[in-house]
Amino acid sequence: MSTATEHHDPQPVPPASGPRARPLRVSLFVTCLVDQFRPDVGRAAVEVLRRAGCDVEFDARQTCCGQPAYNSGWQEDARRVVRAMLDAYEDSDAIVLPSGSCTAMFTHWPELFEPDDPAHARAKAIAGRTYELSAFLVDVLGAPLLDARFEGRVTWHDACHGLRELGLGRQPRALLAQVEGLELFESESSESCCGFGGTFSVKYPELSVAMLDQKLQGLEQRGIDAIVSGDVSCLMQIGGRLEHRGSSIRTLHLAELLAGADTNGSSR
Amino acid sequence: MIHGLDANGFRSHAREHLDKPGQRAALHAATDLIGERRGKAVAAVPEWEQLRESARAIKEDVLANLDVYLERFVENAEADNVKVHWARDADEACAVIAKLAKSAGPGAIVKGKSMVTEEIGLNRALEELGYAPLETDLGERILQLAGQPPAHIIVPAIHLTRAGIADIFVNELDIERTEDPNRLTEIARKLLREQFARSSLGISGVNFAIAETGSMLLLENEGNIRLSTSLPAVHVAVMGIEKLLPRVADLDVFLRLLPRSGTGQKMTSYQTLLTGAPDPADSADDSEGPREVHVVLVDNGRTKMLGDRLERQTLACIRCGACQNVCPVFRQVGGHAYGSVYAGPIGAILTPQLVDVEHAHELPFASSLCGACRDVCPVKIDIPRLLLHLRARSVQNVPAGRRGERGAFRAWAWAMQKPGRYRALSRLARFGGRMAAGKGGLGRLLRKRVGPLGNWTAARELAAPARTPFRELWDRELKNGGSGHEK
Repeated sequence: MSTATEHHDPQPVPPASGPRARPLRVSLFVTCLVDQFRPDVGRAAVEVLRRAGCDVEFDARQTCCGQPAYNSGWQEDARRVVRAMLDAYEDSDAIVLPSGSCTAMFTHWPELFEPDDPAHARAKAIAGRTYELSAFLVDVLGAPLLDARFEGRVTWHDACHGLRELGLGRQPRALLAQVEGLELFESESSESCCGFGGTFSVKYPELSVAMLDQKLQGLEQRGIDAIVSGDVSCLMQIGGRLEHRGSSIRTLHLAELLAGADTNGSSR
Repeated sequence: MIHGLDANGFRSHAREHLDKPGQRAALHAATDLIGERRGKAVAAVPEWEQLRESARAIKEDVLANLDVYLERFVENAEADNVKVHWARDADEACAVIAKLAKSAGPGAIVKGKSMVTEEIGLNRALEELGYAPLETDLGERILQLAGQPPAHIIVPAIHLTRAGIADIFVNELDIERTEDPNRLTEIARKLLREQFARSSLGISGVNFAIAETGSMLLLENEGNIRLSTSLPAVHVAVMGIEKLLPRVADLDVFLRLLPRSGTGQKMTSYQTLLTGAPDPADSADDSEGPREVHVVLVDNGRTKMLGDRLERQTLACIRCGACQNVCPVFRQVGGHAYGSVYAGPIGAILTPQLVDVEHAHELPFASSLCGACRDVCPVKIDIPRLLLHLRARSVQNVPAGRRGERGAFRAWAWAMQKPGRYRALSRLARFGGRMAAGKGGLGRLLRKRVGPLGNWTAARELAAPARTPFRELWDRELKNGGSGHEK
């Protein structure tokens, strides 16, 4: 059976509470979209993880989790890229990603290799120590206080892969709750798909936008300052549409909000 | 083959359906209402997850041992005077039923709601022979009058507004216009009753067939299926070969799952369990119901799905429509956009497997892979996993028209395997991306000429790539513990 219906169940990392002999070493996988489009999100993730007491590393051999090809049916191309990533992350400690979608892709890596291919076991081991950022901060580090401030009213977008493949929801909300000055508006449509879906967004643009408009319906009348999420991909879709509609609502990644690095202008 | 299949133009179909006046509002209202009812009904069953597990396990057993259960079903049904017919494909199934229509003699042909008869195009086949099969489910009847296929598995006319239905009645039945649903139902009911009274042949689908007794269970809310299967002298039940359950006791699981998943009901208004037919040799037998009962077992592409464990789970589907109600794609475009009687998430995986994948290669892509379907499926079909599997099969089987895409992913994979290549090519891509996102004439030209860019920017702004990617920020500022802000 596929592992996709099971929630991601990473192996335990040293307990969160109590003084540690050494800071936890964290390897940050920023994702290709953050690298190319929203480096500030990566910068914010580094800042937040350091504030939480982690030693942050960045392995420059990282490129992409392979999802674009995997989701488009080009499994052989995805396999090639994932093999290269296996080499890069063989000796890493915890791997943390500022993306639920790419984290979910890490959990799919083993499916790309036959069980008797050594890559299968290597992929499984890596997937076992891979965490989405909010899950890492809350479930592994015990939600350390991050001294974040944000004056405004925001709503949370539960990105599909984080929500349904990793079981995220509680963790980002726990982090938002500790941000001073922040007011969280829970929208009925927080769990609705934003319509991005990777190549889906350019294959079926009208449909993709119609799905998003349905999600956004009524939100502009709610006095929201920003839509916050854990995935840059969704934020590019939502932000691109909001800007097109001339909306004043901004989009922010959770890491940016937690780092308190207010991003004037670059938030979209 | 699936009757009326036209699944390879999904984008243009979707566009067309997005623009249909009132259709999206009708879809949202109906799917929201059913979804809300379903949520309540499911929340009231604490053992829901165990029921799903049990149902899936039963279906896995049926599909892994289908030969055994089919033989058992046939043996028990035949022992009880039911005549069993095997149909390899749609044509064979229609031919068998046409023969039965002929032998049933004059009189009306009344039909209960059935997806498999839509799949095999039964109405068209009978009409070509001069028969006039009459749909007796209200939603199906409305669509039959309108000349449309069903747009949803259990709510066939889900896409229509009240006014739209009134229009159809006025145009086709020549009645005085009314939009009152009660009045419209009364009109349909009266006309249907007249036909029931003179019917000679009743055709139905099957929700569950029971191997150990040769019985067939039918669920409905209107009562028309009970009439169709009891009034005419001949009853023909049509079913896909996967519809079996081993034991009557298995209904304990499925009767709790199906109505709650489908309509949010604890149980449907009518539940008809049919077993056997009168013995033709026994002239003293005056038992109620039809004189003859036939069952047509339809393969039509199903056996070729049995060999693969991943694909096989598709046949566990009990046709509840829950995945359609939660699907953000289906909720926008409705069922007809899929170009298959099996629409929505289940249709996007079932259709390309029933037919050859090249006849429906677009459908596995008609999803954002949000996964909502997997969460509601009462038999836990991993629809997103199958969509990915079928996408891979699609690109293998349909190389023409995807050459550009193939080249692009080859190049992408080449670049992504080595950080040096990635660095060099992403620099170029960022440069191009910034130009494309630019406000000037070059940006406009690029957005117009490069397909995907144009598709993105028609209704969304394009984010310009960063001047400095994260990896350079890291090397320059962040590596040694800096925050990156102290420039």
